Amino acid sequence: MPTRAHPCLSSSILTLVSNDREARRPSPIELERRAFRRQQNTRSVIISLVSTVIFAVILWLAVVNSPGWAQVQNSFFNWDTIVQAFPRVAEGLWLNIRVLFYATIGVAVVSLIIATVRTLRGPVFFPLRALAAGYTDLFRGMPLIIVLYLVGFGIPGLNLFGRMPLEFWGTLALITTYSAYVAEVFRAGIESVHPSQRLAARSLGLSYSKTLRLVVMPQAIRKVTPALMNDFIAMQKDVGLISVLGAVDAVRAAQIETAAAFNFSPYVLAGLLFVLLSLPMIRLSDWYTARLRKREQMGALV
Amino acid sequence: MSPTPNATARDAEQAVLRIDNVVKSFGETEVLRGISLNVKHHEVVALIGGSGSGKSTLLRCINLLEQVDDGQIFLDNRELTDPRIKQDEVRTHIGIVFQQFNLFPHMSVADNVALASRHVFKKSKAEAREEAHRLLERIGLGEKADEFPDRLSGGQQQRAAIARAIATNPRILLLDEVTSALDPELVGEVLDLVRELKQAGVTIVMATHEMDFARDVADRVAFLDDGIILEEGPAKQVLSKPREARTREYLTRFHASR
Ligand SMILES: Nc1ncnc2c1ncn2[C@@H]1O[C@H](COP(=O)(O)OP(=O)(O)OP(=O)(O)O)[C@@H](O)[C@H]1O
Ligand SMILES: [Mg+2]
Repeated sequence: MPTRAHPCLSSSILTLVSNDREARRPSPIELERRAFRRQQNTRSVIISLVSTVIFAVILWLAVVNSPGWAQVQNSFFNWDTIVQAFPRVAEGLWLNIRVLFYATIGVAVVSLIIATVRTLRGPVFFPLRALAAGYTDLFRGMPLIIVLYLVGFGIPGLNLFGRMPLEFWGTLALITTYSAYVAEVFRAGIESVHPSQRLAARSLGLSYSKTLRLVVMPQAIRKVTPALMNDFIAMQKDVGLISVLGAVDAVRAAQIETAAAFNFSPYVLAGLLFVLLSLPMIRLSDWYTARLRKREQMGALV
Repeated sequence: MSPTPNATARDAEQAVLRIDNVVKSFGETEVLRGISLNVKHHEVVALIGGSGSGKSTLLRCINLLEQVDDGQIFLDNRELTDPRIKQDEVRTHIGIVFQQFNLFPHMSVADNVALASRHVFKKSKAEAREEAHRLLERIGLGEKADEFPDRLSGGQQQRAAIARAIATNPRILLLDEVTSALDPELVGEVLDLVRELKQAGVTIVMATHEMDFARDVADRVAFLDDGIILEEGPAKQVLSKPREARTREYLTRFHASR
């Protein structure tokens, strides 16, 4: 891209350059195209807006005019009950957040170990590999609620540890189940890093574990970040299941409040709080995925 | 030029790299069927030969990325093929650059170059970075030091890969067709760098299809054919007046195809 005219540039190149400059002012055809696209855009926006509004209004009218609406409104959307239940449900949510925090750390550690073990090569590691494979097969197939019961009521029965709070067992069950999923995500990431990268790292004298830590893992994690975020969002709402063990989290608190008030509004409140909790991560994950896509298909229209 | 037995023994003595009767098969196919080659200090040896003749395999055996099936390889009279040897430690003394630039995409060029100094030789981060910058500066990539590899042209990437391979001052540098994945107009800059390395006294073994370059830079050329070194000698002699009919045929075919 010539920025300065060289003295010996031929005149034909100079004309080319000036033609180039000229082309930057849109031609009438391009202007007409742009006007048309703008018009198309405006039309599409108006159509989708109008259809959305019409659909929402119909739905609203249908619900509000249904014979049982007054009843449902009172038992699910009762403002007074919601206000009354708020402190306890919010306190319960705080427990969910703490459980989520420890479970996330636990899942990160356990799943990385399992994924690494599953990618170890050589017959020496066969028993370990088989064990890790068995683990992921077992816990990806088993419903979380059953794992919760088994861990929450089974392990304490062994009397191995002192008395642990219910949420401890809930966290453990979450780690057990989610590590199986996340390990598979990590494994896919590790295997997507081209073997030549390992070769290049080893040829520099890096050991197997340093190659994994400094070269393979950083690339693997980058590739699977969207999938990891998705699993995190799933776990964020599954922490509500620890209530089946009796831990007083947001769901359990809502249940208590519901029983006290003979009104289901606390459940709606707890549900909304869970949604609020997950929103930042959902947005972050959308943003990140969009950014990745933009980077990978620069200039693509479709 | 047939050296007397005495001279051969002395050569072997002085050799940085000594390859002795190396055999390597992949399943049924015997790729290397008894390769012997000595490389002296400051010497540049070019490996030529048809596609599939085993040039890459030989280089990878030297760097212990493949395990030989028989024979021995010595670096400074230490046997690398001994299973008791510390392979990671050996590899720090041997630099290798592959055909496809295997820079690490998640680190800057300078971090690529500094990686081994930092994590193998345990230098401080600042020192390793400083060294990497100086090296990149010297090979004309100073401005690109903080860029990520995908922002560099193919030629620049390959030069950065070479910089990474020599950053820790290996005893020997192995180059595996470092220009064959490059657009023709980018080949020159990489070959110039190799030429400079030779002038700086780096010992190099390179597999190459660039005959003119081999003639120009290599001290010796070895022609691999059917798993053995069929002919070996001073670059000009092998490339201009090959003794073996097969070598002549290969070179003729090579020139005809260009
Ligand atoms: N990992 C492997 N497994 C099986 N066969 C292999 C493997 N690596 C190389 N080979 C075979 O060994 C032979 C020699 O391959 P090599 O890559 O060493 O040839 P080369 O001389 O480098 O060829 P080119 O000039 O095309 O790079 C080929 O027939 C190839 O198919
Ligand atoms: Mg090759």
